[in-house]
Amino acid sequence: MLQNYFPILLFVIVGLMVGVGPIVLGKLVSPNRPDPEKLSPYECGFEAFEDTRMRFDVRYYLVAILFILFDLEIAFLFPWAVVLKEIGMFGFGAMLVFLAILTIGFIYEWKKGALEWE
Amino acid sequence: MNWADLNLMPALPEIFLLAALSFILVLDLFIPDEKRDVTYGLSLLTLAACAALQLATFEPFATTTFSGMFVDDPMADIIKVAMYGVTAAVLVYTRQYVADRGMFRGEYYTLSLFALLGMNVMVSSSHFLTLYIGLELLSLALYALIALRRDSAAGTEAAMKYFVLGALASGMLLYGMSMVYGATGSLAISEIAAAIASGHSNAVLLVFGLVFLVAGLAFKLGAVPFHMWVPDVYQGSPTAVTLMLGAAPKLAAFVFIIRILVQGMGELSGDWQGMLVLIAALSMMIGNVAAIAQTNIKRMLAYSTISHMGFLLLGLLAANEQGYASAMFYAMVYVLTTLAGFGVLLALSHAGFECEKLEDLKGLNQRNSWYAFLMLLVMFSMAGIPPLAGFYAKFAVIKSVVDLGAVNMGFGMVSALYLAVFAVMMSLVGAFYYLRVVKNMYFDDKQSDAPIVVRGEMKVLLSVNALALLVLGVLPQGLIELCIEAMRQSLAVL
Repeated sequence: MLQNYFPILLFVIVGLMVGVGPIVLGKLVSPNRPDPEKLSPYECGFEAFEDTRMRFDVRYYLVAILFILFDLEIAFLFPWAVVLKEIGMFGFGAMLVFLAILTIGFIYEWKKGALEWE
Repeated sequence: MNWADLNLMPALPEIFLLAALSFILVLDLFIPDEKRDVTYGLSLLTLAACAALQLATFEPFATTTFSGMFVDDPMADIIKVAMYGVTAAVLVYTRQYVADRGMFRGEYYTLSLFALLGMNVMVSSSHFLTLYIGLELLSLALYALIALRRDSAAGTEAAMKYFVLGALASGMLLYGMSMVYGATGSLAISEIAAAIASGHSNAVLLVFGLVFLVAGLAFKLGAVPFHMWVPDVYQGSPTAVTLMLGAAPKLAAFVFIIRILVQGMGELSGDWQGMLVLIAALSMMIGNVAAIAQTNIKRMLAYSTISHMGFLLLGLLAANEQGYASAMFYAMVYVLTTLAGFGVLLALSHAGFECEKLEDLKGLNQRNSWYAFLMLLVMFSMAGIPPLAGFYAKFAVIKSVVDLGAVNMGFGMVSALYLAVFAVMMSLVGAFYYLRVVKNMYFDDKQSDAPIVVRGEMKVLLSVNALALLVLGVLPQGLIELCIEAMRQSLAVL
């Protein structure tokens, strides 16, 4: 029983080596001569422009939530499409009901202006 | 599976509700603000049609559909019809209140109907998955309803608290469900019951799951020690929404407990009885004692809810048909009383004024003796003073405990008489703050002369609602027998 897990253990060990090895090697082998200029934070070679903790628009959340909804819809559609031949008209009808309910939500958000940025 | 195997009749009212709700949702988008009454009227019409469908498809036995995940039994039918009525009453009572506060929008009505759909699914579930989906549908709609007034700091705070604690409670429930699944290998309630009865499931794992389930249920019900969210949420929400979440969801929560603890884990009643005894006793004590210190009526009623939930659990912990029926009767009467109580508060509120302090009721008798009388009925019923319905509710629950003889506390059997005496003592403590409201209304001088303007339909419904407490108190037999019959027919199948 436990032997079956050996490949996983092997995988974990190799994964750790790939991750940890270069860092340890870099520490051991590479030359290390820091100066203030090298240690200062920068963005693409420039001084940092602003604080990283900036506020961003709440509308991003709205878009994100709407995205998740329709993303999940696709996640349901793929397996459904694969087995459509086996589940026949019943499966087709069930999915249509599901899509109809989602479409009502879509009409609602569109008309409410949730899809407009300004 | 094909079309011929699909019998949707048991779920017909829910399907109709969903269709009507979707229709209202879309139609409302094309209605200008001044014609919002169309949405209001259609919502009421939908509720009436649902109730008619429910009664038309009534059958005195349980029928299942959706591969056995959805059950329609007499208990579910009665509770659902009650919920349609309660929701309709809530919409009527809050019509003016929401209009005065800029909440008279389509979302208020569609979210209320979504919450109702969630409750319906909860009530008719015979599977842990559908139970959970129904619960989440209800909770999500309620979170949004509480936060409907985005500019109200108290409202958003209440919504946030409710959301975080509700999510925690859902997590506990799910954890408990997964434990039970691990022990029994099924999520279907009847299969869980069969697996437990066979005695082959891991007993430790089962009880471990049971503890989490009871904690999650107590959280949702608002019973001590999981009650902390109730006062804050009741106080912070707009009164209209407080009424919404204090009324019908209690009925749904009652059935939720019956489905999980009684139908699913009835074999383990020896294990959950002791837990419920503690939760019930603590709820009655803390709810009633803390309510005395409140100056805000909504907060006071929140603590009173906690104590009433303790009484409700008292009926459930009897773990027999009589106990369940008395708990069902208690839930019905409690919801009817709450409805009338908040209804009067809503009637006294007007644009720019919230009736939510104890002083706001002072001298109500001088301002309008009819509303004072209705509130008197409500308070007497909550205190359990005969001949009001609240008295018979408490009486039935306590009687079922006394008849029990002894309760299993886990460490041994304890005489049920102690519990009954404790319950009576606690309801005496409760009588103090209910009677204080009555004293404020009748023996203090009025603080304001603002006229009480109430829409006609609300005036009639509120009067009927409060007088029903009196009628049910004098003639409780019909409803009690209905509850007993429903319990007998619903629990016999599983």
